[in-house]
Amino acid sequence: MKRREFLKRILTIAGISLIGGKGNVYGESPSDLSQRAVKSTGNIANRKNWLKYEALKDKQKPKEPYAVLVDLTKCIGCRRCEWACNEWNKNPNKPIKEFEESKDKKPSVFDKIRRTSAGAFTVVNRFYENGRPVYVKKQCMHCTEPACQAACFVDAFKKTPHGAVLYNPSLCVGCRYCMIACPFDIPAYEYYDPITPQITKCTMCFDRITESQIPACVEICSADALRFGPRNEMLKLAYETINKNPERYIPHVYGEHEAGGTNWLYISGVSFEKLGFPKLDKNPIPSYSKNFLFTVKVLEIIAAAPLVWGAYYMISKNRKKKESQDVQSNEKQ
Amino acid sequence: MRNNSWFKEKILLGMDFKEYVSKHATLPFFIAFLILAFSFYSMAYRLLYGLGPATNLSDTYPWGLWISFDILAGIALAAPGLTVGTAVYLFGLKDYKKFARPAILSSLLGYVFAVFALMFDLGRYYRVPYVIGWSWGLNSILFLIAPSKIHPLWYSALLPLFFLISAVFAGISMVIIESTISHKIFKEYIKEFDEKDFDRKTIGLAKALVVSLFVYLILKILDLTHYDNWHYLNTDYGYWYLFEIVGFVMTPALILINAIKTNNAKVVRVIAFVVAFGVIVNRFNVSLIAYNWYIPLSDKYYPTWMEVALSLGVVTLIILFYRFIVRRMPILS
Ligand code: SF4
Ligand code: SF4
Repeated sequence: MKRREFLKRILTIAGISLIGGKGNVYGESPSDLSQRAVKSTGNIANRKNWLKYEALKDKQKPKEPYAVLVDLTKCIGCRRCEWACNEWNKNPNKPIKEFEESKDKKPSVFDKIRRTSAGAFTVVNRFYENGRPVYVKKQCMHCTEPACQAACFVDAFKKTPHGAVLYNPSLCVGCRYCMIACPFDIPAYEYYDPITPQITKCTMCFDRITESQIPACVEICSADALRFGPRNEMLKLAYETINKNPERYIPHVYGEHEAGGTNWLYISGVSFEKLGFPKLDKNPIPSYSKNFLFTVKVLEIIAAAPLVWGAYYMISKNRKKKESQDVQSNEKQ
Repeated sequence: MRNNSWFKEKILLGMDFKEYVSKHATLPFFIAFLILAFSFYSMAYRLLYGLGPATNLSDTYPWGLWISFDILAGIALAAPGLTVGTAVYLFGLKDYKKFARPAILSSLLGYVFAVFALMFDLGRYYRVPYVIGWSWGLNSILFLIAPSKIHPLWYSALLPLFFLISAVFAGISMVIIESTISHKIFKEYIKEFDEKDFDRKTIGLAKALVVSLFVYLILKILDLTHYDNWHYLNTDYGYWYLFEIVGFVMTPALILINAIKTNNAKVVRVIAFVVAFGVIVNRFNVSLIAYNWYIPLSDKYYPTWMEVALSLGVVTLIILFYRFIVRRMPILS
């Protein structure tokens, strides 16, 4: 049995290598996928959204990009958004009760700070401030100038006019550079899939917002902690909320300027640094490399030239030497 | 039978098969094959079961030993062709022509095997044509894109410049190392070996090495001042940083100055090893140790034995190929 599996794998890999990766992996239904010897989350949400984006292309352009505003003072840590996200994106899921219960359970998922992973596009973490819990939902921030997109060598990321940042698995080579680049530690990877691993991340429910619906997490939130709408309106709402209750909030909308701005915005009663948000300046991450990229490219070209020229020189010199040797030996004969 | 005799002359160096094998049944070859056995096992395992089971990589640490050692350190150490090629063919240092051919050969092997090693780290290696030329760009722009995640002592806008300059001294010290070793091992292949002349040239290389080390050192100090990072020096990361700079840049530079004064080529050869090792340490520091520096030590990445075996195997392959070619082509003569 073991040997058969081994052979099967070799054949699959050989086959996929030959036809250039057009395996039928995504054609299979998720339930088939989970039964395959090859472990994978079987996620199809990212691919589905990319296809939808390609089909829509320029046909549907909203006047304003959308955003989600998260009010951390209202979040109660029920994790129903996690459940709804898994449900909509067909990620591995559990009954909603188990999510809600985790708050008071001991030990609890909140004991450890979690990050997004291949099968979970969003996670809620718990922090404490003066003994009181603060819950923080984490997912892709949908940056205005995404670092993931700038890092990727094969253009597998796309910032859409809707605000969502989408990922295309059919281009990805699995280098995981996007994971290094993302300042929010969002893209996750299917490490247990040896053949067609993908990056996975939140899509801002692109497939829903283009159908005039709101993201699944926003829809299910009964604590009114999540609001969805055009970004400028969400920003306005954020400042109104802060100004109405200045003693409840710190005067900072996280995501307005961070890393050049994001399409998820946060307001909070506690400083963001204490809640695991990275401290970022206004510069979009890609701008760090842009200036230098050019210099380095030029330097590399300058440095590569002598190498190539040297090799060429060597070869031609050798040839000449040989020729003259040949001539000499011919003369001798 | 013409072909057959060509094979015997060129590949088996005039021995028959039995002779050839028995001549190579030595301890170093035994060790080489042992390493290769583990290495090939790891390669197969990685291809069949995926990165997850083969490596200790995770969503927090998407890049590990293979990128740090095989790609970053590898490409820097494969720079001799670049530096010597430039010196000989661009600046007309004809004296060093003899060093150029072996240097270019080792660079070529270095780059080819760096790409080979990269294949195992790419999730979808069969798409490698999508990213031809990737490793070149990668070496330099790599961490500009992750400013918020690298310890301030190692992060700098000058990083590509640091990479370039350190590649220069990595290249020079590799030339010294290579010539030292090959003059020991391949003596029979070098016509008219003049020990005095060889020492003189080694000292000459040491001068170039000192200059590049000092350029680097000065830039490092400017960088430290520019970012106002001096206060970080009195931390654990600071001590490690000082260890890197003082131990592998400053001290070697000072010893080299002394060796040049006293005309001591032996010391130069020893220091060349130290400098080359220092470049490896530097690449590890930038890409692994300083990356995610705020994460507790217990959550840090360390490689699996398979990651180590694969890397050792690649180094072994380079040495074996180098040896194979040098003994069959006019590289050293
Ligand atoms: S949060 Fe990370 S993954 Fe999301 S758009 Fe920004 S850089 Fe990309
Ligand atoms: S892992 Fe895929 S999506 Fe991410 S940077 Fe590499 S090729 Fe692009």
